[in-house]
Amino acid sequence: MEVLFRNVRELVERAENEQKLMSEIMIEQEMGMTERTREEIFAQMERNLEVMEQAIERGLQGVTSVTGLTGGDAVLLQKYIQSGKGLSGDFLLDAVSKAVATNEVNAAMGMICATPTAGSAGVVPGVLFAVKNKLNPTREQMVRFLFTAGAFGFVVANNASISGAAGGCQAEVGSAAAMAAASIVEMAGGTPQQSAHAFSISLKNMLGLVCDPVAGLVEVPCVKRNAMGAANAMVAADMALAGVESRIPTDEVIDAMYRIGQTMPSALRETAQGGLAATPTGRWLEKRIFGGAVANSGN
Amino acid sequence: MKFSSVFDIIGPVMIGPSSSHTAGAARIGRVARDLFGKQPTWAKIHLYGSFAETYKGHGTDVAIIGGLLDYETYDERIKTAFEEAEKAGLSFEFIPETGASEHPNTARIILGDEEGNEMSMCGISIGGGSIEITELNGFRLRMSGGMPAILVVHNDRAGVVAHVSVCLASHQINIGHMEVSRKERGTMALMVIEVDQNLQQDVLHELERLPNITQVSRIKNS
Repeated sequence: MEVLFRNVRELVERAENEQKLMSEIMIEQEMGMTERTREEIFAQMERNLEVMEQAIERGLQGVTSVTGLTGGDAVLLQKYIQSGKGLSGDFLLDAVSKAVATNEVNAAMGMICATPTAGSAGVVPGVLFAVKNKLNPTREQMVRFLFTAGAFGFVVANNASISGAAGGCQAEVGSAAAMAAASIVEMAGGTPQQSAHAFSISLKNMLGLVCDPVAGLVEVPCVKRNAMGAANAMVAADMALAGVESRIPTDEVIDAMYRIGQTMPSALRETAQGGLAATPTGRWLEKRIFGGAVANSGN
Repeated sequence: MKFSSVFDIIGPVMIGPSSSHTAGAARIGRVARDLFGKQPTWAKIHLYGSFAETYKGHGTDVAIIGGLLDYETYDERIKTAFEEAEKAGLSFEFIPETGASEHPNTARIILGDEEGNEMSMCGISIGGGSIEITELNGFRLRMSGGMPAILVVHNDRAGVVAHVSVCLASHQINIGHMEVSRKERGTMALMVIEVDQNLQQDVLHELERLPNITQVSRIKNS
């Protein structure tokens, strides 16, 4: 049982020194920790990739949640892209629509892959299946995208948090966006150091994001937070690939996220007692869904 | 390390909408069924904290029943688990509690069969689909449910733990984590042993034949 990296600095150094992809370091660590073969580990991640792809396809056909609060926005976005009127770029909007598709399927009790949680499951697949059309990766490279995202997420989960109840939405969608940004850079041929910069740039712009789900459900604002998480990841990756660097080292950004989460009031950590959940409309929706019962905590 | 695998981060594959309230709930139900050793014919499920408040919106109820029917977190039948339970001869009742609990996402499952066998288990969902089992038949314990494990109910006597560990060693089974708890000194005790690989039935039978052992159950790793 050997841990090959405990923080992003060690992950980047190991990848540089051994001239390996970060996804490879993650696979090697998984082999050491679980005593499973490379083939078994790779096959399991490939299965996760298939689930992500199917969720996107389903969401793009249009779904509605049990409560009726969410659904159908992925379809609107795709139609808008096809109209040619999009202002922020078709790849970016495609990523946004696919992130939305995934979380709409999640809210409709469809099958998804938690990445790193169910509430933030749209960002990484949304971005992956959008950049795919530009970078034309092999299936293996797409699976590697998930291992790289997992490597960064592994550091966040162990050194900070990936739970909205513990650290707010910055820990869920924030982590997911930063993980996705790092993976895009690796797939686009950037260096491990550039991946780390993309991760930092993305997470720095998610710091402080609270978890305030209406009625405690993983719907409002979770679906749209995934949309913006995907957009954030794409822009952060482009910035890092352009050579922009984060002044604050990645591990310090992660530590800042952890400390912000610790000092965040409980009303803003998935208890449905503050933020958007506590707005008049948020409360009205809650009452409509649960008939007056006070809701608590989502994901 | 709280998280040891990349699949704790990229995974689990699951039916939405919530990793803690849906996937975690399904896992709690499935561990209860695993420990009971077969499908129960009745179950009473007490929900506490956030589980009690939001279980309908999150499908926590159908997920727990799905777990009792041995469904994985990604089984599409979770959505229709109530109907499936009726077909399978499992009657159930959900009781949302208003009292305090040690964790916001807590479920206590009491279940049994026609022959009068009964079991009580308490589970908590700690985030990202991970769970812990905190109580079994009145014994306090702490078990992740994510690793294969053996639970041994035994008389609280000297040497019992040694007999069990010698038996496991003879089958080349490595113990990852182990703890023993008892209600009172000298009465009944519970050993919880997390191991690295799934156990074969013959090892369980061998453990059952050891002196002072009353019951052996296991959790398989899925």
